[in-house]
Amino acid sequence: MSTRDLFTFGNPHFTRGVGITAAILIVTAIAGFVVLPFAQPWVQFASVWDAICSAAGVPQRAASVTAPEQAKRLSEVVLTSHTLSRPSQEAIGRGATLAQRCAICHGPTGISRADSPNLAGQYAAVIYKELHDFRSGARSNAVMSPFAVNLTEEEIADLSNYYAYLPRPSAYHPTPQLPKPNIVIYGAPLRGVAPCGACHGSLDNKTGSPWLEGQSEAYMKAQLQAFASGERRNDISQQMRNIARALTPQEIEAAAAYYASQPPDVVKAVD
Amino acid sequence: MLVNRKLILAHFWFAFAVFGVALTLGAWQMFIRSPIGTWLSNPELYYRSLTAHGTVMGYVFPTLVAMGFGYAISESALEQRLVGVRWAWTGFWLIVIGSIMAVIPIALGRASVLYTFYPPLIGNLFYYLGVVLVVVGSWIWVALMSINLRVWRKAHPGAAVPLAMYANVAGSYLWAWTAVGAALELLLQIIPVAAGLKNTIDAGLARIFFSWTLHAIVYFWLMPTYIAYYTIVPRAIGGRVYSDSMARISFILFLVVAMPIGIHHTFADPQVGAGFKFIHSAFTALVALPTLLTVFTICASVEIAARLRGGRGVFGWIRALPWDNPMMLALAFSFVMLGFGGAGGLINMSYQLDASIHNTQWITGHFHLIFGGAIVIMYFAIAYDLWPHLTGRELIDVRLIRTQLWLWFVGMIVTTFPWHWVGILGMPRRMAYFDFGDPAIAPQALSVTFSAIGGFILLTSGIMFIVILARGMRAPLAEAGAYRFAVAVHQPTTVPVALNTHALWVALMIALTITNYGYPILNLATTAGTSVPAVYVGAQ
Repeated sequence: MSTRDLFTFGNPHFTRGVGITAAILIVTAIAGFVVLPFAQPWVQFASVWDAICSAAGVPQRAASVTAPEQAKRLSEVVLTSHTLSRPSQEAIGRGATLAQRCAICHGPTGISRADSPNLAGQYAAVIYKELHDFRSGARSNAVMSPFAVNLTEEEIADLSNYYAYLPRPSAYHPTPQLPKPNIVIYGAPLRGVAPCGACHGSLDNKTGSPWLEGQSEAYMKAQLQAFASGERRNDISQQMRNIARALTPQEIEAAAAYYASQPPDVVKAVD
Repeated sequence: MLVNRKLILAHFWFAFAVFGVALTLGAWQMFIRSPIGTWLSNPELYYRSLTAHGTVMGYVFPTLVAMGFGYAISESALEQRLVGVRWAWTGFWLIVIGSIMAVIPIALGRASVLYTFYPPLIGNLFYYLGVVLVVVGSWIWVALMSINLRVWRKAHPGAAVPLAMYANVAGSYLWAWTAVGAALELLLQIIPVAAGLKNTIDAGLARIFFSWTLHAIVYFWLMPTYIAYYTIVPRAIGGRVYSDSMARISFILFLVVAMPIGIHHTFADPQVGAGFKFIHSAFTALVALPTLLTVFTICASVEIAARLRGGRGVFGWIRALPWDNPMMLALAFSFVMLGFGGAGGLINMSYQLDASIHNTQWITGHFHLIFGGAIVIMYFAIAYDLWPHLTGRELIDVRLIRTQLWLWFVGMIVTTFPWHWVGILGMPRRMAYFDFGDPAIAPQALSVTFSAIGGFILLTSGIMFIVILARGMRAPLAEAGAYRFAVAVHQPTTVPVALNTHALWVALMIALTITNYGYPILNLATTAGTSVPAVYVGAQ
């Protein structure tokens, strides 16, 4: 027999090979798409075709009922790699002018004396997101919300770029440096708590997470408590609320005290 | 007739060098997350190491072994000089450049995405391009194996293709087709995002593409091992292959059913329909068939050797086997690990049973036992068997070789058995740190400690392996003669066309890929709104 005759029904290897393969495929398909779907008493199918579509993973059309209105607004900020890329000097200058009105709490050089966050050298993405959330109402604060509500998209971007441009308060040592507590470097794996340092510096930094070194202890503690109680809810996918809820009061204290005691110049440089 | 010895040696040496590095990283990983290690306080370093370990062990090491062994088979089984030597060197250098290109971003912490890529995680572009180069380099080998067989066929019309070459080409075709899945994932999904052309990625579709590669790649790793079972072991221990046809059927069965089964890796993924999961599960069960055929045939072949050596009785022949022969030892160890690993695999492929061990350390234990154990121990055996023919020098220290194989076997059992056990207890995989001080997982500390000790036994064995080969390069010269493969009890003179060519089985492989993957891929590719924002490694 030549190679030409390989794919003919006269060749027993061809007929058996293809036949057995097709038979197995058909039997498993019938089992997987028809028999097994109907073997689930807790699922109802309108027809055999309905069962086949379900087993094949055809996307079901969503129910026509509209989703209930959210009682509170959620964060809608989308950050892409182009959102805040390469600010111009003018943009930073406009941000500096706008920042005059922030100075009373956040300090004229972006360093606060009022238990508000230090913004000098904070990641632009962080300020961008928080201002958006204050503007949309996803995050609210009696002082901040009125400031943010009238800001335009461009003003938010300018402010973010200005503060990111300012040098970090390098020689600022509020308290003696504390050793890293477990919650910062290990987290609590059994409670599903990732280490703080995995996103907020010390270990690694993730997009949208602020660096925390040298920030006000009282402020960080208050924010963790607000996340835990659900009072603050502008964290996308509840990432901070899930963590804060699982923390013990001692861990909240330890994390806030640790970060407050760190000089900001240990923050990893960003390219 | 081994002419291009340098080419084959280059493949083996680069393979074993990167294997040594990746093995060291593996042992370090076992240690650092066990109770005996002090935690580094930096999970990023752990994932960096894990990515390097997986990339080298998954893509570079076995591919180079298969390629080097493939060239050796082509020259010695077909008894003709390799056609396309320049292309072969090009393929080799592509793999070297690709490996270096991939490892640099990993070392810099820019590509800690693990070797399975895990979109929407996106690492540095050069990591992915490096992997693509490795795959492209190996495709050159695939083409060369096919061309060399074709040249031989022209010179020997109608003759039976030697079993070793028949299996080798089957393995190369399997790799060519299975690598297409990861290639599609990289080219259509990941690289556009890594290059900054897109910000979102369809992670579900990417996972399906990867599952196309992820399971059959194991059978590509397995091919050199199975070729060694059939064509080296019986010759090395003085026996004969029990059935040449059975061997060919095993290899073509791998070709047909290794491919359409990868979705059993995504049993927990919601984007695939349950019907397809069932079909893949059923086809995965069929893969046991060629393995069972092989175990039967090889046991029968080994029995022939034992009886020729005067073995008697129903089981008494087992004692007559040449147990001091490293090849016999390697085969026995490989079979034991294949048995346990295969039994575990039956649990992984069962749609329901998988739920209890999915994403636990059980899985890591399973694939280390099969790949690191059953497969890699035969890579050692292949290297030992080929070395005198490649170097023209004798490997004198047989006792050291036996010790090395024993240590690898013991090390792999000590590493993977506790690993399976803690998986059943629910310990998740891909974790950089475990707090064994916590009462909830404190009882697992002992098992994990044993496992880490096993890692160091493996490292010792791996170092010994490299030392034995390096010493073999400086041993006194000794002519090893022509490299030969085992002959069958009934050596075939003519073979049915279907078992002498691959076309029918390649066609079935592609057809089953279309039936089993076509709809899930098409469905995800055409459904709108399935993409998610990419998560860039090391980005701020």
